[in-house]
This record gives sequence, C-alpha cells and structure tokens, in this order.
Amino acid sequence: MQAHNEFDPGDIPHGLPQRDAVGGYGEPDGGPDDAAGSEEAGPLVRPYVIAQGRDHADSVQLDMISVVIAAKRAEVDEMALEPEQLRILELCRRPQSVAEVSAHLDIPVAVVKVLLSDLLNRGLALARAPYTAKSPVSRDVLQAVLDGIQRL
Amino acid sequence: MASRDSDPGTEAPVPSALKILVAGGFGAGKTTLVGAVSEIAPLSTEEVMTEASYGVDDLSGVEAKTTTTVALDFGRITISPSLVLYLFGTPGQERFWFMWEELSEGALGAIVIADTRRLETCFAAVDFFERRGVPFVVAVNCFEGAHEYEADEVREALSLSPEIPVALCDARRRESAKQVLLTLVNRVAERVTA
Repeated sequence: MQAHNEFDPGDIPHGLPQRDAVGGYGEPDGGPDDAAGSEEAGPLVRPYVIAQGRDHADSVQLDMISVVIAAKRAEVDEMALEPEQLRILELCRRPQSVAEVSAHLDIPVAVVKVLLSDLLNRGLALARAPYTAKSPVSRDVLQAVLDGIQRL
Repeated sequence: MASRDSDPGTEAPVPSALKILVAGGFGAGKTTLVGAVSEIAPLSTEEVMTEASYGVDDLSGVEAKTTTTVALDFGRITISPSLVLYLFGTPGQERFWFMWEELSEGALGAIVIADTRRLETCFAAVDFFERRGVPFVVAVNCFEGAHEYEADEVREALSLSPEIPVALCDARRRESAKQVLLTLVNRVAERVTA
C-alpha cells in the first residue's frame, strides 16, 4: 500500500548499525498526500453521509479501545437508526472495542465514534473508557495481566 | 480508575481495556507477534491521525497540523470478564512516528521488534518511547538465516540504558511471544513498585 522506502533487500549489513542515542525522530520524508496514497478512492458513501453530517463536536469522548456493549433491555427504534448503527448493536452483544467495531464492519474509526456516541446518547449502548496515563494501572491489574498472558 | 459507565443501571459489566504497542520496522514481525498471542486473527483498521509540528520551532504560533490515514493491525487477549488487552502493531515507516503520539496515549508499554538485518528501522521507535517515558522492551526477532547477534550486541548498537530488557525471540511462536509480553509487563510492574 505504501512505499516502504527504508527497505532495501540488496543491502546486507555485515555489522549492526549504531543508533545515535540523541537522534531525533527523523522528519517525515513524505507529505500526508504521499502517505495516504491516491489510488484508494475510499468507500462510495462518504463518511459524513453515514454520520448525517455530524462531526466530533457532539461526540462522547471515545478512544480506539473504549469497550462498547449493546444495552440489553433497551427498546430499539430501528427506524430512528442508521443501518450501520443496527449492525453495531448486533456486533456489540458481546463487548467490543471501537477498533474492533471498525475492523469488523469496515467503517473508519472516526465514523464509528460518531455512530456510537449517538447510540450512547440514546441509551442503546454502554461504553467504558480505557485505562489512561491519568489512572495508573494498579499492581492487582498488572498481576491479572501477567496471569492472563501465562494462561495463553 | 477513570473508567466511566455511561449508564450505571446495567447488569452486564463493561470490561475495561489496556493496550500494548508493538513497534518496529516494516517486515520486522509486528503482526506476526501480535498474531502469535492474539485470541482472534489480527484485525486491521484505519485511523485518521493528526500530524503535529513536533520538534519544529514554532515562531509563528500557528499550529501546522495535517491528518493522515494509517492502517493499524491489532489483536486481543481477554484477561478476565472485566479486562481486555489489545496489542497494536504500529506502522513501521519512520514518517509515521507522529501517530505514535496518539497511539501511545495511555499505553501500558511497548515492544520494539528489532530485525538485525535492518536494525536501523527500529531506531525511531526506540527514540520515541525513550523520550516519552513509555516503558518498553526490545525483542530481537531471530529469523531463520538472519545474522545472529547476542542481546548485548543489540543493546550496545541501540545505546539502551541497562534497565531496558532485550530479549531474543521467535515472533512466530506463541511461547516466545508470551515471554516477550511477560518481560514487558514485569518491567511495567517494577516501575509501579519503584
């Protein structure tokens, strides 16, 4: 999809290159247009059509890994919702992150966030914010993570 | 805990999520490692990221920001009914470093996969996590037929501080990938205790 210009199969190093410990990030070597690629036209329906012209302004703050679940006892007025929202509710009978919803339904993350915040505002779904830097992970949680990885 | 239920009157608990980033150059084995431990086949999503004018002296006070759509591969490990761990493979190209800023927000830690055939492709990731103070480990992916280096040689080439763990791994093998994850989480735990 993108040009992987740092990859040079012809260059077989005989030693390890040395990282300059105070080195910078490196400037992006291409503009955003370069990175996005022009060959992909994207979905036929522009995202803001699905999202009914709404932007992030009235969105509930959702993260890529906010976990969402459809409310169990809510009455869904199917006529009031977008087809994509019904698909989201169907998918979220089991807990799913915003990223998973996006991947499974092939809808860009930004659009998923708008559709989801509408569902949240209507009380049709519940979301839980992920752990953040402001809420440091406790030892108990870390131990649970270690145990969970051990069980794999 | 900053977890927030949008409706407290629910019977089903909504799990909270954690994320670990997996960084490294193109072809270093990021998605392979994610796939080795994920309970689902790695998924792919696209996120629009903001490119801020980082590291550039901004005399005008005008924020130069542009957005770029970047594909992300990720996997999932259900730790418990109340906790899910996501592993995000971050785009390898150096020009995407700016998106790590957004991705690294709230991340538990990071795994930098080093490919000794092209070690320089992980320099940007090491720089980034060092500067941001994100706990990380370096996993040297031992490809078949790749130049063999000792962990210490890689550590030296990367100018890593002594407390950063360097582990040799085979990203295709679940046991090996598990060990890398455990090394990272133990490193995070050390910092919590300290």
